Amino acid sequence: MNAEAAGGSLSGAFFALLRRDLLLAFRRRTELLFPVIFLLVVVSLFPLGIGPGPQLLARIAPGVIWIAALLATVISLDALFRSDFEDGTLEQFVISGHPLTLIALAKIVAHWLVAGLPIVLLSPLLALWMNLPMESLGVMILTLALGTPILSLIGSIGVGLTISLKRGGQLLSLLVFPLYVPILIIATAAVMAASDSLPYTQFLGLLLAGLITSVTLAPFAAAAALKISLS
Amino acid sequence: MNKNTEIKAKPRKNAVVMFIHKMGSPPWFYDFTGKFIPWFWLIFGALTVWGLYLGLVKAPADYLQGESFRIMYIHVPAAWMSMLIYSTMAVLGFIALVWRIRIVEILAMSSAPIGAAFTIVTLTAGSLWGRPTWGTYWVWDARLTSELVLLFLYLGVIGLYNSIDEPRKAARAACLLAIVGAVNLPIIHYSVKWWNTLHQGSSISLLGGSSIDTSMLWPLLIIAIATKFYYAANLLTRARVSLLEQDMRKAWVREVLKEKN
Amino acid sequence: MSHTPFIWAAYSIGAVVLLWCAVAPLAKRKSIATNIRRLIQIEERSRDSDS
Repeated sequence: MNAEAAGGSLSGAFFALLRRDLLLAFRRRTELLFPVIFLLVVVSLFPLGIGPGPQLLARIAPGVIWIAALLATVISLDALFRSDFEDGTLEQFVISGHPLTLIALAKIVAHWLVAGLPIVLLSPLLALWMNLPMESLGVMILTLALGTPILSLIGSIGVGLTISLKRGGQLLSLLVFPLYVPILIIATAAVMAASDSLPYTQFLGLLLAGLITSVTLAPFAAAAALKISLS
Repeated sequence: MNKNTEIKAKPRKNAVVMFIHKMGSPPWFYDFTGKFIPWFWLIFGALTVWGLYLGLVKAPADYLQGESFRIMYIHVPAAWMSMLIYSTMAVLGFIALVWRIRIVEILAMSSAPIGAAFTIVTLTAGSLWGRPTWGTYWVWDARLTSELVLLFLYLGVIGLYNSIDEPRKAARAACLLAIVGAVNLPIIHYSVKWWNTLHQGSSISLLGGSSIDTSMLWPLLIIAIATKFYYAANLLTRARVSLLEQDMRKAWVREVLKEKN
Repeated sequence: MSHTPFIWAAYSIGAVVLLWCAVAPLAKRKSIATNIRRLIQIEERSRDSDS
């Protein structure tokens, strides 16, 4: 049974699912803010723990902001498939005849809009708190805009693998952080290069390449992971 | 002798107890507080206009800071309110948890967003005051850092309250969190103050240096009193709306709506 | 550097936040009223169908 026989077009299914996930997310509007508040709290902890010295904060700012973004993403990832898994909707998706890859992609896009985009939008505030030099603010925002979708995409594979486990959330961090290391390294390299007025476009190019690769490959892997978890 | 005084004492005590009991009844509370709200708004408006006139127009520019000190008239009262409301919320929360009074639960939970709003105003006004004074929009000084932590405490209470479906259970959980936060608050304040002196040697304060002249003080006090009336009006409005929402299926709510339409 | 834009900004942000805080419950009251109206309609309809 394929998508057309099931009575729907591929793009129709994609947008319907995207709209559904966004609607569900907005029904509990306060819960949308939790990853945002987490991000703010984590970044504020650094000056409190290290001291507010402006030069020190400026040096560690790219790393701190990016690590906070990683942590906030991992926290919000569990919600990606969990409620659908728990009430059986996920199984319905699998037998629906629509390609699971497309379903995974739609849910990942919804996740990024709800969890990743706020990180990008909040980054100027975080940059202010961490005393990030003005010259590198633009690059910071760019690395986050390119990088957070990659975090959602790669993260979804980890979520797919751990969704059926009881302590899935804790194992998820373990699985996904090693995969995130290259993104962290390249993104922070870009921002630090920009602060020192060194060339940084090669790093942005690498991030873009990573984004394109993950968009094309990660949904397949996530779908395969879900099928294994549901079997 | 004793009989006479006993008979005289009883009715007075009963009146107060009766009043408190009546306040616990939703329709009576709704009705009674509704009469006060417009007056509270009126007093708030009048005091604010008067205070702002005195502070923005009549008070002379500061010798050290120039005009930017006028931000004090919104920053300081907002900071005072952010802390007053948290303490009030914690006290109400304690009463709600111990005596299980629904109205008090609602009053406590309705205070949280108002307190958070004042905290946000304190932070943004402080940040904007810092730019002309210190040259940067954000500095990790003792007051702003404490206010930021206070904001996180507020957001936690609001977040917890909104994430539990059953309203009374949600209120009890959030009240407990508010109490825990209130106990922690002095500790947080002192540790942040100590942290600040530790890392920066001399303590920076927005108001440091100049002593406050009386012409500067009056507007501050007037606006501070005005904010109390804002809190009262807003709190009662939010509490009444919460009551309507929670008692949606009850007859008294239908009656109230019929009277409005 | 002129201080006036900062004063204006501080007071306007303060005014906006406190205004929104004051008005938000009124919007909620409206939606509650709509919900109750809908509830009444549902109850009347079920009463009619029962009788």
